Amino acid sequence: MTYLDHAATTPVLPQVVEAVAAALRQTGNASSLHAAGRAARRRVEEAREGIAEDLGARPSEVLFTSGGTEADNLAVQGLFRARRAADPGRRRILVPALEHHAVLDTVEHLAAHEGAEIGWLEVDDFGRVHADTLAAAIAENPGDVALVTVMWANNEIGTVNPVRELAEVAHRHGIPLHTDAVQAVGTLPVHFARSGADALSVSGHKIGGTVGTGLLLLRREAAVRPLAFGGGQERGLRPGTLDVAGAAGLAVAVHDAVMHRDERVATLSALRDDLVRRVSAAVGGVRLTGDSGGSVVDGGPSRLPGNAHLLVAGCEGDSLLMLLDAAGVECSTGSACTAGVSRPSHVLLGLGMAEREARGALRVTLGHTSTSSDVDALVAAIAPAVSRARDAAAAAARRAAAVTR
Amino acid sequence: MRVLAAMSGGVDSAVAAALAVDAGHDVTGVHLALSRNPGTLRTGSRGCCTVEDAFDARRVADRLGIPFYVWDFSEEFAEDVVADFLSEYAAGRTPNPCLRCNEKIKFAALLDRALALGFDAVATGHHVRLVDGVLHRSVDAAKDQSYVLAVLTADQLRHTVFPLGELTKAQVRAIAAERGWAVAAKPDSYDICFIPDGDTRGYLAEKLGRQPGTVVDGVSGEVVAEHDGWYGYTVGQRRGLHLSRPAPDGRPRYVLGIEPVSGTVTVGPADGLDVTVITGDRLVWSTGRPPGFPLRTVAQLRAHGGQVTGSADLVDGRLRLVLDAPTRGVAPGQTVVLYDRDDRYVLGAATIVRAA
Repeated sequence: MTYLDHAATTPVLPQVVEAVAAALRQTGNASSLHAAGRAARRRVEEAREGIAEDLGARPSEVLFTSGGTEADNLAVQGLFRARRAADPGRRRILVPALEHHAVLDTVEHLAAHEGAEIGWLEVDDFGRVHADTLAAAIAENPGDVALVTVMWANNEIGTVNPVRELAEVAHRHGIPLHTDAVQAVGTLPVHFARSGADALSVSGHKIGGTVGTGLLLLRREAAVRPLAFGGGQERGLRPGTLDVAGAAGLAVAVHDAVMHRDERVATLSALRDDLVRRVSAAVGGVRLTGDSGGSVVDGGPSRLPGNAHLLVAGCEGDSLLMLLDAAGVECSTGSACTAGVSRPSHVLLGLGMAEREARGALRVTLGHTSTSSDVDALVAAIAPAVSRARDAAAAAARRAAAVTR
Repeated sequence: MRVLAAMSGGVDSAVAAALAVDAGHDVTGVHLALSRNPGTLRTGSRGCCTVEDAFDARRVADRLGIPFYVWDFSEEFAEDVVADFLSEYAAGRTPNPCLRCNEKIKFAALLDRALALGFDAVATGHHVRLVDGVLHRSVDAAKDQSYVLAVLTADQLRHTVFPLGELTKAQVRAIAAERGWAVAAKPDSYDICFIPDGDTRGYLAEKLGRQPGTVVDGVSGEVVAEHDGWYGYTVGQRRGLHLSRPAPDGRPRYVLGIEPVSGTVTVGPADGLDVTVITGDRLVWSTGRPPGFPLRTVAQLRAHGGQVTGSADLVDGRLRLVLDAPTRGVAPGQTVVLYDRDDRYVLGAATIVRAA
């Protein structure tokens, strides 16, 4: 099997498995006062300190969660409610339409049920939010903005946002900024303090950790309302018995991601560029969506190095995915979805693409286990797959034309 | 053969996929997402269009060890089935959306795509037998679905596998139960899948809007009621007419005709419903060529029941069917399917344009 869907999830690092297994062998509730409890607490706090060090945060700013979705929810709902409680006039949430559903659906829920007003932030042709766009949106009425939420890097098309500049703009008006950095850690220079963000979401399983682990980096000064209530753990914002093994594994994954960042950026960019070049040569009518990755944003690449989001003209990504899967090559049409139905991506539609064009999307994402032989396998499989998928699309078009006649 | 099994999430298509695997085919399962806004959990007797149904199909595919995908055909379904359903009603006809879905989606859009993608055939869980290219009724007469498949052309049937034709529904459920599948006890679906609550009238009223008109007694010519939309009526309907006064002879009145342009619904005595001559167009010969006309036939006028005998002929390219005895409840837009005189296999199908 050739696994080219690392943005969905990436193989768990062996050292993470070791760390999790070692922690699971130890008994102890980190909130207990006896020796076993203290030992458990020590493992959690060492994990927290390591993560803080690696991501440019203070240990007290690290809140362990069940993953990126929970972190996004805690940040967006929590910031919104706290800001509104302080001043009921703050109801506007500024957000680009290209966010992950963990943010989008949360914002839409707040709009539907808690009186939030959504201010959609315009993006450029690459899907990037510019500082002046944000400044203009805030300027409409600086007093009514509850928060700004802009993802660090897009999970589908890989475009990187200038988070530091955006945070600066928001802070001029005292507005907090949350960023979903789930795809960013490991290949982009994510440094919480330097980014200026008030809240930042991280997921474990995108960086070689286990599913069910993640964290929210939250500035000490940020006021946030909790989503759940209980034993007061994690600054009272994320109560519940601490997941010692999860924290230990996550710390190992974050450390690995940060330590190997430079070399992975180099390796993955080279593999990605080679992949795009060779696929384009093997099949006509293929283009890379979004930013080429050639420029620099906040000291890192302007596109996620492992992301190749391709639009294949004249075929449906669905067909392509199935044919490649049958040929042993695993990739995606966009983000993974529980219903298993691939609808035209909201990210591509948000870029102004027509539904039909958006249906030809193929997302190929590389990760820490990727090698040139993975690229070879895709290049070998892609031409016959595209040819068949195009036949299928042409047959459908002929049928539609016949119906119209 | 490389077979694409259409898996709705129901017990029939699950067992059909299993039998295709057992027969040694290289099977891939596909669930068609037909609704634009699928519900999360199944409600009522629907059996195909929720996320839960897709889940059921996926679990069967897991157990069979076959690849499984969900393909989005919601756009095609909205255009070819739902829009067609509405425009047919708007034109005063009574369409069968399940038949249309077979004709345009399962054995057209899906089949085309399957063939182009390198599959040899599509397998479905319909209760019907395909013998030497001829559609035969299922051994389970009560579950036979040859009527809703009779609109398929020989070309479509050539690339189709119906693994359930030799089985009764009870046997199908027994096979699923033996394999320990949860779908073994899943209820049959009867309703129109895109009308979740089964309230077709309410659905039409919402989609077509209020279109007031009158109900006229065909005998006296008097207006006997007002209505909010002719689509609330079906030819042959007796109940719910809300007529302002009884007929002069006190006999029950039925809907005899619907005129959508003027919005007039005509009612009258039962004998006005009697039909002996049916004219049909859009003829389809599922064997690829017409049988030798004139011929004696058993004709079926709706999906469940409604078998009548008569003589059929072709007149000016249209089907002319003369029934041996008058029958009722025949409306333009319905499909008439002709079977051989012993009612075993399909000869052809036509869309009813006139019934007199």
